[in-house]
Amino acid sequence: MIEVTGLTKRFGSKVAVDDLSFSVNKGEVLGFLGPNGAGKSTTMRMVTGFLPVSAGKIKICGISMTGRPKAAKRKIGYLPESAPLYKDMTVQGFLKFCASLRGLGGSARRQAVEKSIETCFLENVARQSIGTLSKGYRHRTCLAQSLLHDPEVLVLDEPTDGLDPNQKLEVRKLIKNLGKEKAILFSTHILEEVTAACTRAVIVDQGVIVADGTPEQLTKEGGGSLYDLFHKVTTFETPAA
Amino acid sequence: MNTLTIFKRELTSYFTQPTAYAIVIIFGFLSILLAFTIGNFWAIDDASLHGSFFRSIPLLLMILVPAVSMRQWSDEHYTGTIELLGTFPINLRSAIWGKFLASAMVWALALALTFPIVSAVNYLGDPDNWTIFSGYLGSFLVCLTFLAITTLVSAFTRDQVVALIVSVAICCLLTICGWEPVINEVRRTGPDAAQAVDIMTKFGIYSHFFEATLGKISITSLLYFFGLIIICLLGTNLVLKSQRA
Repeated sequence: MIEVTGLTKRFGSKVAVDDLSFSVNKGEVLGFLGPNGAGKSTTMRMVTGFLPVSAGKIKICGISMTGRPKAAKRKIGYLPESAPLYKDMTVQGFLKFCASLRGLGGSARRQAVEKSIETCFLENVARQSIGTLSKGYRHRTCLAQSLLHDPEVLVLDEPTDGLDPNQKLEVRKLIKNLGKEKAILFSTHILEEVTAACTRAVIVDQGVIVADGTPEQLTKEGGGSLYDLFHKVTTFETPAA
Repeated sequence: MNTLTIFKRELTSYFTQPTAYAIVIIFGFLSILLAFTIGNFWAIDDASLHGSFFRSIPLLLMILVPAVSMRQWSDEHYTGTIELLGTFPINLRSAIWGKFLASAMVWALALALTFPIVSAVNYLGDPDNWTIFSGYLGSFLVCLTFLAITTLVSAFTRDQVVALIVSVAICCLLTICGWEPVINEVRRTGPDAAQAVDIMTKFGIYSHFFEATLGKISITSLLYFFGLIIICLLGTNLVLKSQRA
């Protein structure tokens, strides 16, 4: 459902993503690992059509992101890294706004908003202004926005960042459940999440894939520890793109 | 359709925050105050409002208009919501127009709420209300032009204050270079200044605006206003796109 071939992004002379290829099928949750500045967010921004590619191809459910961006974007739900929101809106108002931009109207919109509020446990704060919410609720509000149109593909950039341990657990469970029906690409630098939620993982370093496999394979490759493998294949510090 | 959705969101946002109220009230108060002080409303004995009320309108607008739309795109950059808009299946153009039209609506309201002065001249005399309407239309075109300039400037930066300062500077330049006291000053420097005066008058917003307050809006003036608006909005599209490349 997500097919990426030879994906490259250059900012001036700096190569942020270098000839990256991977694919995610229906029912798969691909963990995208790597140190800060490895090119994870840049890759996701290209996959979701926010950043234009310097080279390479992206296909979402067989639709080219460069050729037919609007049609491809319809298939994707996206949670950006910082979970951006319009703080002056209420949770419900924001979700309604996003649903309208996704082309939903009338009762379909109302149902979509209600369902995603329920899925992300936002009932208690639905009528509250986003500016007054805690970080956990804000994050879930942005996650709810990505589920509104029941997309076939989900791209989640650090979906558990800034959540407390209980919320992390809930979100991981949610990702695992959603992954049965959808193709999910999610980035993290928390290695436990790979074994907890992913069916497959890749480790990216300096814009290049340095390891690829199921969590079990990767753990084996690292001699019984995913940490050791991560340490071995990634550079200690990478300047942010 | 998407333009309408974004228009509604932006307009609600102006009125759920104090921005629109502050602007509408301050503009209403200052515009009428200036009409009675600098504009010599009583002494000038002019029911068309051309020399009294409309005279200082561009001077107020050059400072107050950018305050409404300074956050239009800078805030999207700052909070990262531009990433959401950029990944929805919508055209960037509809977002630019939706936001621009919402800010235009705030200014349409601000201008409409100065109606007491129109009622006053109608009570005191027998004005040509078409000339007054034309003056309001001119004022609105000045608002739209300044809004478009601010939209373009706000696309460049994530800092609202920078967007405000730069936009006010550009709007001041456009206003002041055609302002009568400045033109007179340049004219006094000698006969060679005629060409400079001509350029400044054409480039500045005042001559085009004054025509409107006298009840005549020429094609040249319409081209001037709409040309600037379209250039700024197309520029915004270009800037926002190139920032991602």
